[in-house]
Amino acid sequence: MTNAKIVSATSRASTTRQTSFHSSQKYFPFFLIAPTLLVIGFVIIYPMLYSIYVSFTPFHLLRPEKTFVFAMDTMFRNYVRLWGDDVFWGALLNTVIFLAASVNISYVLALAVSQLLARVTWGQSLMRTLLMVPMMFAPVLVGFQFAWFFNATVGLVNNGLFSLGLLTEPKAWLVDEPTGMMAIIIASIWMNVPVMSIILLAGTLSLPRDVYEAALVDGASSWQQFKHVTFPLLQPFTIIALTVLSLDIARAYDIVRIMTDGGPAHRTEMIWTYAGRLAIRNSQFGLASAMSMVGVVLGVLFTLYLFRQLMKTREAY
Amino acid sequence: MGLSKRRRKEIFYNILAFVVLFMGALPAIWIIFTAFRPGNEVNVSPPVWIPQKITFDAFLSLFGFNPEIAAGVPVWNYMWNSSRVAVLSTVFSVSLGTMAGYAFSRFKFRWSSTIFLLIMLSRSVPGVALSLPLFLLMRKYGLIDTVQGLAFVYVAINIPFTAWLMDGFFRQIPRELDEAAYIDGCSHWSAFWRIDLPLALPGMAAASIFAFLAAWNEYQIASIMTKTPAAKTFPVGLYDFTSQFTVDWRGMAAMSVLMMVPAVIFVILTQRSMVQGLTFGAIKG
Repeated sequence: MTNAKIVSATSRASTTRQTSFHSSQKYFPFFLIAPTLLVIGFVIIYPMLYSIYVSFTPFHLLRPEKTFVFAMDTMFRNYVRLWGDDVFWGALLNTVIFLAASVNISYVLALAVSQLLARVTWGQSLMRTLLMVPMMFAPVLVGFQFAWFFNATVGLVNNGLFSLGLLTEPKAWLVDEPTGMMAIIIASIWMNVPVMSIILLAGTLSLPRDVYEAALVDGASSWQQFKHVTFPLLQPFTIIALTVLSLDIARAYDIVRIMTDGGPAHRTEMIWTYAGRLAIRNSQFGLASAMSMVGVVLGVLFTLYLFRQLMKTREAY
Repeated sequence: MGLSKRRRKEIFYNILAFVVLFMGALPAIWIIFTAFRPGNEVNVSPPVWIPQKITFDAFLSLFGFNPEIAAGVPVWNYMWNSSRVAVLSTVFSVSLGTMAGYAFSRFKFRWSSTIFLLIMLSRSVPGVALSLPLFLLMRKYGLIDTVQGLAFVYVAINIPFTAWLMDGFFRQIPRELDEAAYIDGCSHWSAFWRIDLPLALPGMAAASIFAFLAAWNEYQIASIMTKTPAAKTFPVGLYDFTSQFTVDWRGMAAMSVLMMVPAVIFVILTQRSMVQGLTFGAIKG
C-alpha cells in the first residue's frame, strides 16, 4: 500500500521532469547559437547587405551627399562599367590563374612531402619542426620576405645568381611580365604547403596497416600502393586540407599587397588589390563594392562546393 | 655493401626528406639570421650565408635605443594594440564558438545544417570585400580606429573555424556521458558546463591558438580600419616601415622576428596536439 504510493509519486515526479526537460531541449541549442548568429549578423551579414546596396549607387567617399543616392535607372552603372573595364577582366584572370596555380601546386607538393615524411625514421620531431617553420610567418611577413628576395637591386635571388655566374645583369623579377606572377605564386605556395602536408601526413599515418599488407601480398609496387590504396583513402583528408586552404586563400591578398600591390601597370593585379585601391585611394566605394561582390560570389561558390564534399565525409564517419 | 635494398631506400628517404624540409625552411632561417647580423653583412654580393657576428643593434634601434633612427615607428604601441585585439577577440570567439560547436555536435534541430553552412560561408567572404562596408559602418558608429571595433570584427571572423573545430571535438566525447548526466537529473546547461566542457578543454586550447594567431597576423581589415598608433596593429605597422625606411631591411627582419614570437611559442607548445586536433577533430566527427 505505502509502497505503491511511493512508486506512483516518484513516477509522476519523473514524468513532469521529463516534459519540462523536452521543452527545454527544444530551445537549448538555439540559446547556444544565438550569440554567434548575432555577431555574424552584425559584422558580416549586415555589412554585406549594405555593400550590395552601395554597389548599386555611385557612392564616392569625398562627395557623399551627392553620390550616395540610389536611383533605379542608374543602379547597374557600376556593373556596366566593370563589364567594359579591361583592367577588371585582367585582374579577374590573374586571380583565377593565381588561385588555380597556387592551390594545385601546393596540393601536389604537400602530398609529396607528406608521403616522404611518412617514411622518415630518423629525427621525426626535428623534421616536423622544420616543416612548421613557415607556419610561424604571418602572410604579411611572407610577402615582405619574398619581396626582398626578389628585389632587383638588393635581393638574395639576384645576388646568389650573380655570385654563381648565372646572371650578368640584375633582373627585375617583380616587374617583368611572367616572373612577377610567378614570384607571388611561389610565395603563396611556400605559405600553404606546411599546413596541407601536416593534414595529409596525419591522414596517411592513420590509415589501417592491413590494407597495405594485403596490397603487398598481391605484389603491388610502391607506386601502385600509393595510387590504389593511399591516394583514394586520403580523399577525406584532401578535402579538409583544401577547405582549410580555401578559408585562408584570401590571405593571399596580404602577399600581393606587399610584394607588388598589383603593379606595375596592373601586371599582377587581382580583384582584391584593384577593389582596395579603387575604394581607399580613389574613394570610389560604389564601384569597388560592385567589384568585391563579384569576388564574394566566386569565393562563396568555391567554398560551397568544398563544404558539400566535407559534409558528406562528416556524415560518413 | 652489406646494406640491404630496403635499408638503402630508408637512408635515401631520410636524407631526401631532410634536404627538402631544410630548403623549405631556408627563407625563414635567412630572415632570422638577418635580424641578428651586423649591418655590413646585409644585402652584399656575394651573400654572406652564416652571420660572422651576432648583434642586437637592429632590435635596439627598433625600440628607440639608437638615437639616430629612434623616432618614427612606435613599435611599443603596435605590440600593445595587437596584444589587446588578439586577446579580446580570442576570449569572445572561443567562448561563443564553443557554444555553437556544442549545439551542432549534440542536437539535431530545425535548419541545423543550413545554419552550420551559413556560419561557414560567412568565413569565405574575403577581407577586402568585408572591409569596405565595415569601414563605412564603423565610421558611422564611431568605432573606426579603435581596438574594440577591430576586436569585434575578429570575433566574427574567428567564430566559424572555432565552431567547426569544437564541433569535431565534442563529437569525440561519447554521448553516453550526457545521457548518464540527464538521468542523474542534470539540465542541458549543467551537462554542458560540468561534463562536456572540461573534457573539451584541449580543443578549446587549440581553438584559442588558432584564433589568437589569426587576429595577431591579420592585415587587410586592420589596414583599412585603423589609421593612427592608437589602434594600429603590428602587421599594419610593419607595412608603414617599408614606406618610411625603404632601405632598412635588417630593421624589417628584426620586426618580423618580434612578430613571430607568439607563433613560435605556440607551435613549440602544441606541435603534436595541433596536428591531431586539426584532422581528427574534423574527420572522426
